[in-house]
Formats: sequence, C-alpha cells, structure tokens
Amino acid sequence: MSEVKYTKDHEWLNVDGDTAWIGITTYARHALGDLVFIELPEAGRAVSKGDDFAVVESVKAASEIYTPVTGEITEVNETLADDMDALKEDIATGWIVKVKMTDACEIAGLMDKAAYDEYVAGLE
Amino acid sequence: MKKTPLHAVHMDLKAKMAEFAGYDMPIQYSEGVMAEHNWTRESCGLFDVSHMGQITIEGEGVTEFLEKLTPSSLSVLKNNKAKYTVLTNEEGGMVDDLIVTRLSDDKFFAVINAGCKDKDLTWMKSHLPQGLMIVHYEARALIALQGPKAEQVLKEALDIDASDLGYMEYMDFGRCWVSRLGYTGEDGFEISLPEEDAVIGWNKLMAHDAVKPVGLAARDSLRLEMGYPLYGHDIDATTSPIEADIAWIMGKMSNTGFIGAKRIMDETIKGAKRKRVGIKVTGRGVPREGAEIFTLEGQKIGELTSGGFSPTLQAAIGQGYIETSFAKQGTPVLLRVRGRDIEGEIAAMPFVSAKTKKTLKKAA
Repeated sequence: MSEVKYTKDHEWLNVDGDTAWIGITTYARHALGDLVFIELPEAGRAVSKGDDFAVVESVKAASEIYTPVTGEITEVNETLADDMDALKEDIATGWIVKVKMTDACEIAGLMDKAAYDEYVAGLE
Repeated sequence: MKKTPLHAVHMDLKAKMAEFAGYDMPIQYSEGVMAEHNWTRESCGLFDVSHMGQITIEGEGVTEFLEKLTPSSLSVLKNNKAKYTVLTNEEGGMVDDLIVTRLSDDKFFAVINAGCKDKDLTWMKSHLPQGLMIVHYEARALIALQGPKAEQVLKEALDIDASDLGYMEYMDFGRCWVSRLGYTGEDGFEISLPEEDAVIGWNKLMAHDAVKPVGLAARDSLRLEMGYPLYGHDIDATTSPIEADIAWIMGKMSNTGFIGAKRIMDETIKGAKRKRVGIKVTGRGVPREGAEIFTLEGQKIGELTSGGFSPTLQAAIGQGYIETSFAKQGTPVLLRVRGRDIEGEIAAMPFVSAKTKKTLKKAA
C-alpha cells in the first residue's frame, strides 16, 4: 500500500515501502509558469534531506527542486526531458525521481492530502 | 516601495508583482510570460513603464551640453526625431542608456532607466551650464503599446492617428506625447501622459480586442531576442560603447568632445579587448546572467550578462562579453551552468528580425 505525502515546498511523495517517488504539485507547476527545460540528476546519486536534485527552467528563471528525504536516487524519469508537460501531479507519469530512503522517519513530518490542501488554501 | 499610477490596475488584473528598481511592478499577468511574449509579436502588448524617468532639458546651448554628455552627434538630429544613446563617464563607461528626442532647437525630451534616475539627474546637474534647465516629469505615466497592430489600436482606442509618424519619431498630441519606438523590436509606441489620465488611457487601450497586458518578464524576453542591452546587466559603468558594440550611436563621429572620449576614441582605432556578443545555445539548458563562457578547449573567454529562453526561437539565447579574438560569429563555446557545460555558439544579433516601422518618406 502506498501513501502520498506533501511538502511545504510543493512536492508530492508517493511512498511505497522504502521508496519515495517525488514530483511537484499542481500548485508548484502553476507558480513556476511556462517551463522550458528540466535538469535531471543521474541515478545512483546519494541525496540528503534538503538537497536540490533537479532544476526546472522557465523563460525567466531557474528553480531548484529539493528532496525532503535522505537516500539514493534509484531511478530518473528521463521522459520529462522531452516532455515538460508530463511534469505534473500524476503519480504514474509525473514523478521526477525515485529515492530509496534510508530514514523512514523523515516522512512522518510531511503533510497528507487534506493538510496540504489546507496549507495551499492559506497561501491564496 | 514606490508605485506607478497604474498599480491598482495591475492588482485588479491579478498580476504577479515584484520589486523592480524600487517600484512594485507587474512581472506577468494571468496568461504568463510565453503567451504575453507571443501576443506582442502577433498582435499588440500593453506595458506599464511609468517607472522610467521622463525629463526635458532646455535652454540655449542644450545641444552642445548633450554632445558633452553623450558620444552622439545630436546637432544633426532634427526636430521630433528620437535617438538611442548613452551617458558616458570620465572612464569611457556608461552612466545610463537613454532615448533623447529633439523637441525644438533648444529643448530635448529624454527617457532614462528607472534604476538610474537619481544618479542620472545628479550627473547631469553636476555638468549643467548656467542657463540650462532640467525638468523631471514625476507626475507623468509612460505606457508602451507594442506589436504589429499598435498603429491600428492607437487610432481605434485613443483616436490618435500616427500613420504619418515614422520610426524614432515623436508627435505631441496635447496631453499625450507619442513616440514611435520601443524595446521589443516590434512596431509600436511609447505614450507619455499625465498620471491622472493613466488609468483611463490604459483601460481604453485594454478594451481593444487586439490588446493584452504584458509584464516585465516578457519585456525582458522580447528585448533579449532583439539583442538590446539592459543597463546594469549588459552595459554598465565599466563597459564602453565600443565594447558593447553600439559604436553606431556615434554616427560619423563628428562629436569628439564628449566625456570619456579618450578611451572610446582609442578603442575605436585600436579595437577593444572584449566585445558584447549574442550567444545561441545549441545544447540542453538555459544559461543565465553570470554563466562563464569557455572555449571547447576549456579556456575561459567571457561571461554571460543576460540569458533566457526565446519563445520565438524555442531555444535559449543570451548575450555576454567575450575576448574579441573569439567573438566571430559561429565560434563554438561552452557555457558553464551549475558545473555542467552546455554547448552554444556566437550568434548575430538581433536573434529575431526587427519589425519596426521604416521611417516614412515624406512627400516633397
């Protein structure tokens, strides 16, 4: 059974056992505007909570995407490089990386869907 | 933070706002930078550029004064004609870039950069001879109307017939001062108007089907496609007009008595060590201001001063300074972004052909 968690930086994590699929939320996608390029990491990279692991470029600016969990990037969604439209809140196709987590406790502090929706509502 | 007379309009339009040169300015509206950019190229974009400084300089000897402050030959500039030029400093660098318009024998209108207003006025006043006067029009707004439909929109929305106005020409329509120029490479106008008229003027233009509002983000991508320099980024107090590759502002070089002439004349004869060039990115990624430029062999030869994505070309482009020996068009380079080298090449500017109106031939 997987569960979906959310961060204050507008990432979603689909947590399945010790693996987290990480992507960005609809709110983030909208805030970033027209995206033109994504810089993806290499599989095998070790990341710590708070590290940036990918960069999305809009016409005007670059924005980093941070991992809320520590572990190793086991898989990268290379299809995003050619199809930026796929980068969205869709667990099947919109994930950026899969991270094999080394500290499962890190997800305990993240929000569930209801808490995240409330958080976003408070921003508007 | 300072506000333009159109600030409330931007809030009503739910623009994404941010600080620019001390002003709370619209960066983009609801459709976003890509759509705003393309709309300006296809139809007509409306920009609030009221943060920019509007001044007049007048009095006997004003032409001589401006030929001291700028390297341009303004004595040959006719009435109601505008010219792009720069204020030079003692070292041959630039205090600002600006558009000057001759209103009469003894009077010029000038539009200066928002972030340079105080500095420019102090600079000008410190060199101001007796009998000349500078007026800063802080109570006037400035609206840019840019795009192929701009002339039609101006006629239909404001009943201003500018069909006889050529590129880089100025006409006084009473409360509105209209110049046929801009910062996008499109045909279009900059309209100066009293601040109390700004909202009604903006709304009349917005009511036209061909018009959509455009924020500063698209203003930047539009000017970048044209290879126009942005002061504080692509040109500054250390760069000379020769390095910046805008020697054309000096015309036939009949003006030799301007501030900073020594370095600029030396560079005209001997050439400058570095040159502002366009760079087209051929690899994957979007290099930004500050990205280092290398040869394929790994020798550092320059730095990017502007960079972004061109909606028209669907590719990343930029401009920067490069050692002159590497400045030839087509030279392959590498741009370092977050430790990764992205391929690019030196490219001609503008990246996209300008569609500004050709100066009309007046019937004799």
